Amino acid sequence: MPRCYEVGVDDEMLVKALRAREESAFRLLVDEWTPLMRRVARGHVSTDATADEVVQDTWVAVLRGIDRFEGRSSLRTWTFRILTNIARTRGVREKRAVPLSSLEPTVDPARFRGPEDPYAGGWKVFPVEWPSPEDAVVEVERAEVVTKAIARLPERQQMVITLRDVHGFPAAEVCELMDLTPANQRVLLHRARAAVRAAVAERYEEEGR
Amino acid sequence: MSEDAAGGLSCAEFVELVTDYLEGALDPETEGRFVLHATACPGCETYLDQFRDIIAVSGRLRTDDIDADTRDRLLAQFRDWKRGA
Repeated sequence: MPRCYEVGVDDEMLVKALRAREESAFRLLVDEWTPLMRRVARGHVSTDATADEVVQDTWVAVLRGIDRFEGRSSLRTWTFRILTNIARTRGVREKRAVPLSSLEPTVDPARFRGPEDPYAGGWKVFPVEWPSPEDAVVEVERAEVVTKAIARLPERQQMVITLRDVHGFPAAEVCELMDLTPANQRVLLHRARAAVRAAVAERYEEEGR
Repeated sequence: MSEDAAGGLSCAEFVELVTDYLEGALDPETEGRFVLHATACPGCETYLDQFRDIIAVSGRLRTDDIDADTRDRLLAQFRDWKRGA
């Protein structure tokens, strides 16, 4: 699916089209954002059904509000802000702090030299270099491994890496959408990226053995 | 930490700072050590490159498709709104 931000459809055009009641514009946004909105909503409320209602109510609010949209933020920022505001009015889901396990290393300590070694904390063996994703076959395969690795992540890590790296939301916006401190956002993002990197690395390290 | 560790950081410490570095969240002194380490240690340079690689690949992934029922329901809502309902 082409992303509307990538195919060069800008906010101004979209807002104009929505105000003109053009269904194609609405369809483009619905296709692009709804699955992600559902996941963000699900982070705030306790059931899938409630998340679906939140998404539905958000789109209604977007349509009703579009004539008053002033463009001080992007249309996406505005829409997701409406979403989290609606979700919070329904939100009963208990928020957990980033668990202590977040302080555990993200790379297996066995990969590094022990404390008695003069190069304590240095790599025992350097990470194996990967073939370049500029090769189309490598790119397809890499994308597959990354997709699967993201799908296996714990929920909040998955949400953060999806918003940040897959959809390109800025850090501050992710903090706002997920009620995270900047430091916790980075912890979750780092753990997620490290796990995804490890999944790709595993593939090439097996090969090298 | 080893006396010899490049930049005064060990590799085990380096790998935990990669996201903070990419986010510009390191204090200037730690950032300096991080950069120094990356230039001196091929293993960590590779590790940093691989983070950049998976971030770039993530940005090119296809996003989830909407399910047909949800889409139909939302489009029906749109038509109601358009009619002024």
